[in-house]
This record gives sequence, structure tokens and C-alpha cells, in this order.
Amino acid sequence: MNYVFEFGWLAQYYPQIVKGVLITLELIAIGAVLGISLGIFCAWARALGPSWLKPIVATYVELIRNTPFLIQLFFIFFGLPSLGLQLGELTAANIAMVINLGAYSCEIIRAGIQATTKGQFEAGASLAMTRFETFRHVVLVPSLQRIWPALSSQVVIVMLGSSVVSQIAAEDLTFAANFIQSRTFRAFEAYIVSTLIYLCLAILLRQALAVLGGFIFPRRLAR
Amino acid sequence: MIEFSTWDILRNLLLATRWTILLSLVSFVGGGAVGLLLLFVRISTRKATRAFAKYYIELFQGTPLLMQLFIAFFGLGLFGIDVPAWLAAGLALILWTASFLAEIWRGCVESIAKGQWEASASLGMGRLQQMRYVIFPQALKIAVPPTVGFSVQVVKGTALTSIIGFVELSKAGTVVTNATFQPFTVYGLVALIYFALCWPLSRSSQILERKLNVAHRNH
Repeated sequence: MNYVFEFGWLAQYYPQIVKGVLITLELIAIGAVLGISLGIFCAWARALGPSWLKPIVATYVELIRNTPFLIQLFFIFFGLPSLGLQLGELTAANIAMVINLGAYSCEIIRAGIQATTKGQFEAGASLAMTRFETFRHVVLVPSLQRIWPALSSQVVIVMLGSSVVSQIAAEDLTFAANFIQSRTFRAFEAYIVSTLIYLCLAILLRQALAVLGGFIFPRRLAR
Repeated sequence: MIEFSTWDILRNLLLATRWTILLSLVSFVGGGAVGLLLLFVRISTRKATRAFAKYYIELFQGTPLLMQLFIAFFGLGLFGIDVPAWLAAGLALILWTASFLAEIWRGCVESIAKGQWEASASLGMGRLQQMRYVIFPQALKIAVPPTVGFSVQVVKGTALTSIIGFVELSKAGTVVTNATFQPFTVYGLVALIYFALCWPLSRSSQILERKLNVAHRNH
């Protein structure tokens, strides 16, 4: 044990760290908005969609949920160019995160839709709404409200999982930590500090989503 | 240049899959043991020990697994400890798995009615006896489906150990890609092998959930 901790020199790398944090936040912002939208669409398709669409969506969900995010990322970034689809590292990271969160949120949202009573659909039908209108106006919002905590946790998990996008050279927070590590050989400090930043981001993100949930769903759910 | 057939690629990947399976088993069993300890600490009657377990869980669930692997691999090396990749991988995965399993099992233990604790206490049982004879057998039934379900996360988690240089399925995928220049085929096959490992687990978790739920409804 002759290692001396020094955190002071980290200060000179703060532009890299700030840039990394911003890119991580940007990834999760885009990932969350588009991913949850995709999840809502897939949940609709699996619960109420046309019968030809159901097996396609089910296959997508099962494939994504049962393979590692890292491999999905590599497949998109390294594999797709052989089909002539060359993507930048940030685009590839974004697509991978949207596809990943889309599959997980689909299952979470579907659980919320299934917990909605059948009477709600019948009530919508009695107002001469189509099935889609009933879904859009009557079913969706209470379903989302019910599963909002689970959905928030999943967004936090995907944010933490985004640390692997550094492996395709997307310059997120982990990339910054690796950069500092390779410059200074001070692995312990670089990784401890970035790990603590991730912890703060996770706590803040959870809080922000809880506040957002209260804002979107102001009324208490009628039971 | 040497030509590689799809069979050559697949054989190499399957050979590396052994290490993914082995590491998953070690992480799951080790994580289960540590998780059980952590569970007892988490539901202990003493406030300070409870808080320790709570912060442990918060720390390991609130930070990326990749960072935990980096700290175990690069960080410990700086103290003059020679850490091979397999050791760092196993250690980080065990501690990470433990934090999740402890929290899953806590939910199961807490779903047992409080009266069960009180009833067994009134029979003069100690805390360990209460756990062993009354709470544990009931909680086990609820705990099986989510525990099997979480094993999928462990298998997928092992993919990250490729980044610190442990040669398992993902790393083999990268190595084979570098040799064959066929990333589409290789990563497609890697994904399918992971799917073949994980899908039976998540299916059985779903089936168990349905079965045990039916049993629950009959009570």
C-alpha cells in the first residue's frame, strides 16, 4: 500500500468530464423520449394491434431483452456497415439505446395496459370511439401512470448501461474516464470520480422523473 | 488469405461460450451467497447495519457495472495487487449480482405477513429460527420466478467483462471479427448464442410465475 491518492490534478481535465456528462445526458434524453414512444407503439401493437404485427413485435422484444446491450451496439455499429449502412458512433449509440429501451418499456407499458379494466374499453366503445381512440384517450394515460415508477427505473438502468457506448468511441462520461486514465495512469481516481458522477446522475434522474410524473399525471388514480 | 466458413466461426464462438456460462454460474452462485448475507443485514433489527446494506445496494445499483469492473481491474492493480481479468470480472459481478438479489429477496421476505413473524416469536423462536422455519419456506416460493428472471441479467452482464479483456463470448466475437472481417455474421451469431442461453431462462421465469400465481390464488 504505497499508493497516494491525489484528486487535485483531475481539475485540469474538467472540460472532458463536462463534455462526457453532457453527451451521456443527451444520449439518455433522446433514448428516453424515442424509446418510450417506441415502447408505447409496441405495447399497443402487442395488446390491440393487427394480428400480423403481433408476432413481429413479440420477436423484436424477446430478441432485445435476451441479448446484451454491448452486442446490440456492436451489431449496429460494426455489423450494419456490411449492409451498406454506415453510422456515426453517436447515431449508432442513440439507435441502440432507443431499440433497447423500446423493448423493455414495451413490456412494462403492456403490463399497465393489461391492468386496465375491460370496462374502460367498453366505456370508450359506448362513446362511439374507435379502438385506437379509446386507447389514445382512455387507456394510455392511466396505464402510464400506473407503471411510471417501473418505467423510471428502466430509464435509469438504460442510462447506466449507456456507459458501454464508450466502446465504439462515443465520447460519453466513461470515454472521458478512459481518456484521463490513459493519459495519467491514475485509474483509481479517474474511475472513482466518474462512478460517483454516475451515481449522482442516477439519483438526480430518478428524482427528475418522479417530478415529471407528478407533472404529467396530476390527478390521483381512481381505483 | 485464409477463408473462414460459417462453421469455423460458430465453432470458435461456441468454445468461448463455455467461459460465459462458467462466469455466469460463478457470479450467480457467489452473488446469491453474498446476497443472502446482505439480505440478513438489510432486514436486521439494528438501524446502523440496515443503513449499511441500503447504501451498499444503492451504490451498486446506481453505478454502471462497467465502472465497477474498471475499478476492480485497473483500480486494485494500482495498490500493487496483481489482478487477472477473470478475478476482477468474477469479483465485480458477484458484488453487483448480490446487490440485486438482496433487494429482490427483501421484497419477497417483506411480502410475508407480519403476523408470521409475531406468531413465530410468540413460540419463543430466535430470529434465525423464525427465518429458517417460518419465513424462508414461504418467501422461497415467491422468490423463485424473479430470481430466475434476474439470472438473465447476470448472463448479459458477463458480456461487459470482455472490455477488461476476459475472453468469453463477446470478446471472442471481437477477436473472430478481426480475423474474418465478417462483423455482420459474427455479431449476429454471438447475439443468437446469447439468446439461446437467456431465452430458456426468461421463459421458465414467466412459466414459474404463472404456475406459482395460480397456487397463490387457491389459498
